[in-house]
Amino acid sequence: MRLIKSDLNIRFMRYGPYMVVLSALLVVASLVSLATRGLNFGLDFTGGTLIEVVYQKEVDLSDVRKTLAQAGFDQAVVQSFGTLSDIVIRLPSQGNESNAQISTRVLQALRSGGAGVDMRRVEYVGPQVGNELKEKGALSVIYAVIGILIYVWLRFEWRFSVGAIAAVIHDSIITLGVFSFLHINFDLTVLAAILAVIGYSLNDTIVIFDRVRENFRAMRKASPRDVMTYSINQTLARTVMTALTTLLVLIALFFLGGEVVHGFALALIVGIFVGTYSSIYVAGILALWLGVSRHDMMPVKKEGDQAESLP
Amino acid sequence: MNQYPLWKYCLVLAILLVGLLYAAPNIFGEDYAVQISPVRGAQIDEALAGDIRGALEAENIQFKSIELEPKRLMIRFETAKPQLEAADVLKERFQDNYVVALNLAPSTPAWLRDLNAKPMVLGLDLQGGVHFLMEVDMEAAVQQAQERLVDDIRNRLRDERIRYSSVARRSDGIHVQLRSAEDRDRTVDLIENNIPEVDVATVAGGDSEGFELRAYVTDKQLQQIKTTALEQNLTILRNRVNELGVAEPIIQQQGADRIVVELPGVQDTAEAKRIIGATATLEYRMVDEQHDPVTAEQTGNIPPEDRLYHTREGRPILLKKRLIVSGDQLIDAAATFDQQSGSPAVVVRLNSAGARRMADVSSDNVGNRMAVVFIENKPETHMVDGKEVRTTKKIEQVINVAVIREPLGARFQTTGLDSIDEAQTLALLLRAGALAAPMQIIEERTVGPSLGKDNIRTGFQAAAIGFIAVVVFMALYYSVFGLIADLALMFNLVLIMALLSVLGATLTMPGIAGIVLTVGMAVDANVLIFERIREELGNGNSPHASIRAGYEKAFSSIADANITTLIAAIVLFMFGTGPIKGFAVTLSLGIITSMFTAIMGTRAAVNLIFGTRRLKSLPV
Repeated sequence: MRLIKSDLNIRFMRYGPYMVVLSALLVVASLVSLATRGLNFGLDFTGGTLIEVVYQKEVDLSDVRKTLAQAGFDQAVVQSFGTLSDIVIRLPSQGNESNAQISTRVLQALRSGGAGVDMRRVEYVGPQVGNELKEKGALSVIYAVIGILIYVWLRFEWRFSVGAIAAVIHDSIITLGVFSFLHINFDLTVLAAILAVIGYSLNDTIVIFDRVRENFRAMRKASPRDVMTYSINQTLARTVMTALTTLLVLIALFFLGGEVVHGFALALIVGIFVGTYSSIYVAGILALWLGVSRHDMMPVKKEGDQAESLP
Repeated sequence: MNQYPLWKYCLVLAILLVGLLYAAPNIFGEDYAVQISPVRGAQIDEALAGDIRGALEAENIQFKSIELEPKRLMIRFETAKPQLEAADVLKERFQDNYVVALNLAPSTPAWLRDLNAKPMVLGLDLQGGVHFLMEVDMEAAVQQAQERLVDDIRNRLRDERIRYSSVARRSDGIHVQLRSAEDRDRTVDLIENNIPEVDVATVAGGDSEGFELRAYVTDKQLQQIKTTALEQNLTILRNRVNELGVAEPIIQQQGADRIVVELPGVQDTAEAKRIIGATATLEYRMVDEQHDPVTAEQTGNIPPEDRLYHTREGRPILLKKRLIVSGDQLIDAAATFDQQSGSPAVVVRLNSAGARRMADVSSDNVGNRMAVVFIENKPETHMVDGKEVRTTKKIEQVINVAVIREPLGARFQTTGLDSIDEAQTLALLLRAGALAAPMQIIEERTVGPSLGKDNIRTGFQAAAIGFIAVVVFMALYYSVFGLIADLALMFNLVLIMALLSVLGATLTMPGIAGIVLTVGMAVDANVLIFERIREELGNGNSPHASIRAGYEKAFSSIADANITTLIAAIVLFMFGTGPIKGFAVTLSLGIITSMFTAIMGTRAAVNLIFGTRRLKSLPV
């Protein structure tokens, strides 16, 4: 079975300028959304208390709010979570040390109503932890990017490295933009997904660059632009296949994995689309524009030598 | 022709077998069990096992087995009902010296356990439980230490009859104002000789015309103060958690000033918080040798100058009401060996106020016994008339009784301890009872048991369906080669499971997501290889040459691609906490194992199937 014809020759680079404009627009739109709407930071980053409970039967949210207000929690945000008997209560950080006791008191208040309430989960994150996680999260993305930059630089050439990193940043910003635009809860697992997106996007970019390097050596007369186009076409079948298999599992995770991994799966699904696109139209084009040429690719040693010794 | 040397086939097979062996414990499920572990110094041995057997048989409770493990004893049951009954019976009988906790024990067969094979540990999000992150207030710890030093310096100056204008704590240390240069020099000597924790410097000039000096805690000592503060809190927490009767608690230092507490299976977080929030102190008191504590307890006739206490073994003991020294006067306690007898001992250091009291009392009481009382204050909340009332429950326990052999001073030894273990326990308790730095919960994550079960179910369901979808897709797309890739994928899952089990890594919900993602990405290597083989075939190469070229040429892409993803995973591991670490671990392991299975594993299979045949085409 084949999805992609083997003699396919799409002239990807022809659409290059349009696609760069599209990318730029998407990035700008994402940045605007991030600047104006911001990210809907989850508890992990804002600090505060989250309590998920299940009532034995369906429950009126306004009743729950009333009960909580009577107990002194008028700032509580009460939402149903999937079903009408499953509710989530969010409370902002109070800025004093009795924070850890809030969940206990909320549960007491809910139970005092006489209804059967089953505690599903309680999460409390102190303000200092929230800020730290934010800081650490941002740092982790930066370190990952730097680490990858160095690796690609050592393994390939600086123009590729810049292209790859531009693609990775492009992907992260657009994925964040989608979360910002749709106002989806951004928690630690989503951050982890963004790092996985970085890994995936790079994976894709590198497979293409690897082929470009190989083709520069084989196709002595072709222009860098043709080499790039040809390489993308050659690897297209693989690109599509891998995206499909990864999407298959992610869709399973998105629909069946439960609330906890919802955001995670969504970030990766978005990331795979953007990542696949960006390896062609961000990484590829940028490397070309920066002027990768055959000169930079001439092997010091034959590629085959190295591969032979490995399994 | 494509052939691997024999050793490569053997290697692949051996790794597969070892992988299967170590992944195997995960399929055996769990037994309902009651776990008994000693609290302090109590023994876990055949005799105890015999006692338990007797107790259970007397109550007619059916059990599967009683097993002695290092440091604990596990009683297994067929169902939950006898487990609960047994726990009640055993709690009543053994509660004083042992923690009796409900547990689910993996029913791994003995021969596997002998190979050190064990199932994966489920994270709190999968099995339910409480996770607390506590932070020790280091500023307060340092402040407390400095205040103790201020007291100490004042007392010593008074003892030496050195006149001073003031001793005060400031941001850069403790400032002492003296009246003359001579006094100042004497004070410098005094502090240098008696208080090793600080360095002393004279303060030149300044607006004060007096003679001033500054005693400051050295950086090394500051570090020591912080370490001690953390250690104290760790000890206190360990003691507390023992009382909660949790089967496998985790109490771990995190960073310089934080402690992670994980209590699997605990649902009553209010209770957990209450017990964890307790504070401790200790008191040295003389034993009343004139009256008999047993009759005093029975008759309720307690001498007016005494109070009735109980030892850890539950024996009554009468102690004098008059306090000798309390925990806030204790500077340090450490386990050691007595220099003369070589037997285990605990060295205690007191501040000068404490030392003076101790010297006074002990010189009058040589030959009498002195006791250490460990006091825990546990905050409790009650509902009274619909309102919350907080009270503090005081739990007092005599942890050590020793005869005073000679007048004691600022530094004295407690000997007569059975083992170095006991000495260490006593030292830890003493340090815990010294004024500990305050600690607060800065993060809590509690997962109820129902959510844990749901998470396991949905997690595995999603993983299984994703996996099957990929397997079917690969088989349709690459026919025989696709099936080979599917085999490698299963092999990969087995290896991930085996590695997670062997490493004792915790499987969390994001961890499952990591495995699922690995499944999606692991086939990438095979896709790269197979597409390359198709290309080579399309270029008119022979099947065997195409296989060889496919594997060789795809290798550098696969390696580069996986190493970059690995970099992202490692960064995630370094910065992530809790569940995110779980994701990073499964992702990294998955990348590494998939490199092996997707390249070497599939190549071995391809070589075995096609290697010696003459081929016109390839089913790829």
